[in-house]
Amino acid sequence: MTKFAVNGKDFETNDPGDMPLLWALRDRLKMHGTKYGCGIGACGACTVIIDGQAVRSCQVPIANLEGKSITTIEGLAPAETPTAVQAAWVAEQVPQCGYCQSGMIMAVTALLARSPNPTDTEIDEAITNICRCGTYPRIRLAIHRAAGMSASAAPVAPATTEAGHE
Amino acid sequence: MSKITRRIFLFTGAAVGAGLALGVGYLSTVDTDGLSPGEGHDGAAKLNAWVEIRPDGKVRIAVPRAEMGQGVYTGIATLIAEELEIALDPATVIVEHPDELLPVYTNFVGALNKRPEDISGPIDWVMKKVYASVPFILTGGSSSIVDGYHSMRVAGATARTMLVEAAAARLGVAPDSCKAENGRVLHAESGRSLSYAEVVQDAAKRTPPSSPKLKAQSEFKLIGTDAVKRVDIPDKTRGAAKFGIDVDLPGMLIATVVQSPVFGGKVKSVDSSAAMALPGVKKVVDLGSAVGVIGETYYHARKAADALKIEWDEGAGAELSSAGISAEYLKSIETGQPYVARNDGDVDAALKNGQAIEAIYETPLLAHACMEPMNTTALWKDGKFEIWSPNQSPTVVRWGALKANDQAKDVAIHTTIMGGGFGRRADSDMIVQAAQLAVAMPDVPVKLVWSREEDTQHDAYRPSATMRARAVLGSDGKPAAIDFRNATQSAFLSFSKRNMPFEMGGDKDPANLEGAVEMPYEVANVRVATSTIETPVPLGFWRSVGNSNTGFFVESFIDELAASAKADPMDYRRELLKHEPRRLAVLDMLKEKSGWATKLDGAGRGRGVSLHTSFRSHVGEVAEVTVGSDGTLKVDRVVAVVDCGQTVNPNTVKAQVEGAVIFALSALMYGEITLEKGRVTQSNFDTYDMVRIAQAPKIEVYIVPSTELPGGIGEPGTPPLFAAVTNAIFAATGKRVRKLPLSGQGYMFA
Repeated sequence: MTKFAVNGKDFETNDPGDMPLLWALRDRLKMHGTKYGCGIGACGACTVIIDGQAVRSCQVPIANLEGKSITTIEGLAPAETPTAVQAAWVAEQVPQCGYCQSGMIMAVTALLARSPNPTDTEIDEAITNICRCGTYPRIRLAIHRAAGMSASAAPVAPATTEAGHE
Repeated sequence: MSKITRRIFLFTGAAVGAGLALGVGYLSTVDTDGLSPGEGHDGAAKLNAWVEIRPDGKVRIAVPRAEMGQGVYTGIATLIAEELEIALDPATVIVEHPDELLPVYTNFVGALNKRPEDISGPIDWVMKKVYASVPFILTGGSSSIVDGYHSMRVAGATARTMLVEAAAARLGVAPDSCKAENGRVLHAESGRSLSYAEVVQDAAKRTPPSSPKLKAQSEFKLIGTDAVKRVDIPDKTRGAAKFGIDVDLPGMLIATVVQSPVFGGKVKSVDSSAAMALPGVKKVVDLGSAVGVIGETYYHARKAADALKIEWDEGAGAELSSAGISAEYLKSIETGQPYVARNDGDVDAALKNGQAIEAIYETPLLAHACMEPMNTTALWKDGKFEIWSPNQSPTVVRWGALKANDQAKDVAIHTTIMGGGFGRRADSDMIVQAAQLAVAMPDVPVKLVWSREEDTQHDAYRPSATMRARAVLGSDGKPAAIDFRNATQSAFLSFSKRNMPFEMGGDKDPANLEGAVEMPYEVANVRVATSTIETPVPLGFWRSVGNSNTGFFVESFIDELAASAKADPMDYRRELLKHEPRRLAVLDMLKEKSGWATKLDGAGRGRGVSLHTSFRSHVGEVAEVTVGSDGTLKVDRVVAVVDCGQTVNPNTVKAQVEGAVIFALSALMYGEITLEKGRVTQSNFDTYDMVRIAQAPKIEVYIVPSTELPGGIGEPGTPPLFAAVTNAIFAATGKRVRKLPLSGQGYMFA
């Protein structure tokens, strides 16, 4: 038995401890916003936030999660009040196919939480996720836009325990 | 197969033959207009095959083209909304791929390879009806907007006219005293108005107008403007967009496959005892060239798949190697009998009139590596298939499912959005497997998910190619003769063998030489020829198809000729394109926007230009690079100029070109699928790497203002990038890159 919280809701599982968090989210909790891309931690499509850190959930066995609090893309904000990052993503019309964007948004959310106004070099170092549609130039613009927005208004990172869970 | 074969008639000769067999009487009954009203979905009134309005006022727009990121849901909906007079707001408009495979949803441009405006006469009429009777539904070839530009506006205008007439009747006024605006019909004189929802039931009982008047381009409020935001983006920022891999059905099980590591190999034996002993495993299924495992979750299926002990009958494919294929290409160029696709003047004679310049270029096999790994969900119940699939052709999905059981009474298909397509999802390999698994597990929906490793090692690859280019220059430095002699493998032959009821392609496959045959430079003597070899490597259509090879070959060689002539590569091209005003205009704008005349600061810097026309659009690109003395390469900036005719969503045009540049750059820098002993060497993103944000150049996209008919935009940005960068490397270092990728040529990336 492993217990952890996802977007503020408690979750218990008897699945084997080596089951990656990614598959617990997708195939047990039916939360499909977190995506499978590579299974080896190389692409970042499965990025979630655990204890403020962007983590590739395909590399996290659920045995390591006892008592942890996890935020997924679904837990960021209700649809009508997007976070600064989500709003910037819409404003810059970032996504194309959109498959990598949950992971991108989670990685950027964690980056802005620790570095509210990142330089391009910081962005290059922190955001190593793959986008096959090539939305990188817009992602960079959107990160800077979100940094500007969050300086003034909406919170960058959600309070993990209070965020809505769809 | 015979049952499938009878249903399918494709490509000119066969289509006309089939048309004669079916008879004019039958063909006349095949609806290729789609304008009849009727009952819609969820209580909506249907005004035509694309437009329905629900009682709550929401407009449903059916887009029978698959959204893979190219923005087609928004693009097609924009064409309809312009004439329907509605705002394209996701809160009030639902855009979705229809489940029904109506004849009118056929991609006529994809089928006939002609603009709708050029489709005319009795043979075209027969072909159009025959394709519609299949129906031939496909998203590819950058054709959706070309195909829909006229017919989707007609659909919008027809629906609007019926709504106006219905409202006018209700108000007791003349229709031409009313006008439609933002989802309402207004009668200005009396100040009264009715919403579309209020009159749509009446409207759906009216006869559609035979030829509604369409707006002039100058009257467009949405088309060609930035007024429309993509309808699919908000959901994609919330993890709410449902891709094929996200399909979830009651009682659904999840499967994965282990495929023969050698192409064409078969399962000899499978020991599943260890796999079946693991928890959560439901079934192991021999699929012939693969073994499938069905489990509770992907984790359970994966663990069991890893525990399978499979013996393979590898077959002749085990002899294949990349080096062997390259050697065969060269041999084929030297000694093979080519198919000559273009032969202007007398190339052999002209080549004797001077010092021949010769270069040999080589490109590798490439994988698509869509972010969303291949997947399909299938249910086999009561002798029928139901398929949920991220696919580029429901027609091919249907054929694929019937391969698993050709006695199926029905194949219902739900086409989801896709996490990338790039041509990969026109294939049915994963559909056949999912359908086979469903048959093995009747009444239970089974979602098949491939691992990234299977995705990389069992793609439908972009064919590799080798091109020998020869030329002589005249005394003016311009080319007097160019001889392109190519060797490759036919994508259509491989694709048709896997996915279609009969074979096509081979030496005459247009994908072998597209983009080289149409080489636009003014040269008196030109020959473009190819031969093909055949191997068991599965091949398919990769963003821009043959143009991804020929764009590199032609634009590298013309740059070499400019250098031989000691000419500026931009002006050399412009001089040879004096007779091509649209291409020349692209280069003129590119020269200005890129600052071509300015000098680049710093050591190891260079600028390269490339121009390529594909899918009815012209794209020129200038790349700026910095090359370190140790071979470290940085692509600093790419400036692209696009002439795609009338734009529908300019911001999407820019996004597609930005994306095409990055897509091509990943291939240029890292992209290479190699074979050893018939096995693909690469397996995941650690061995088949991609450009990340740190390597992405600054990209500027400029659109040539145009009122010409629209061209495609999903693909045309890809081909020019390769040579733009390698020509820039030449400008920076004096070194020509003639073999891709760069990572195999000693270049490293910061």
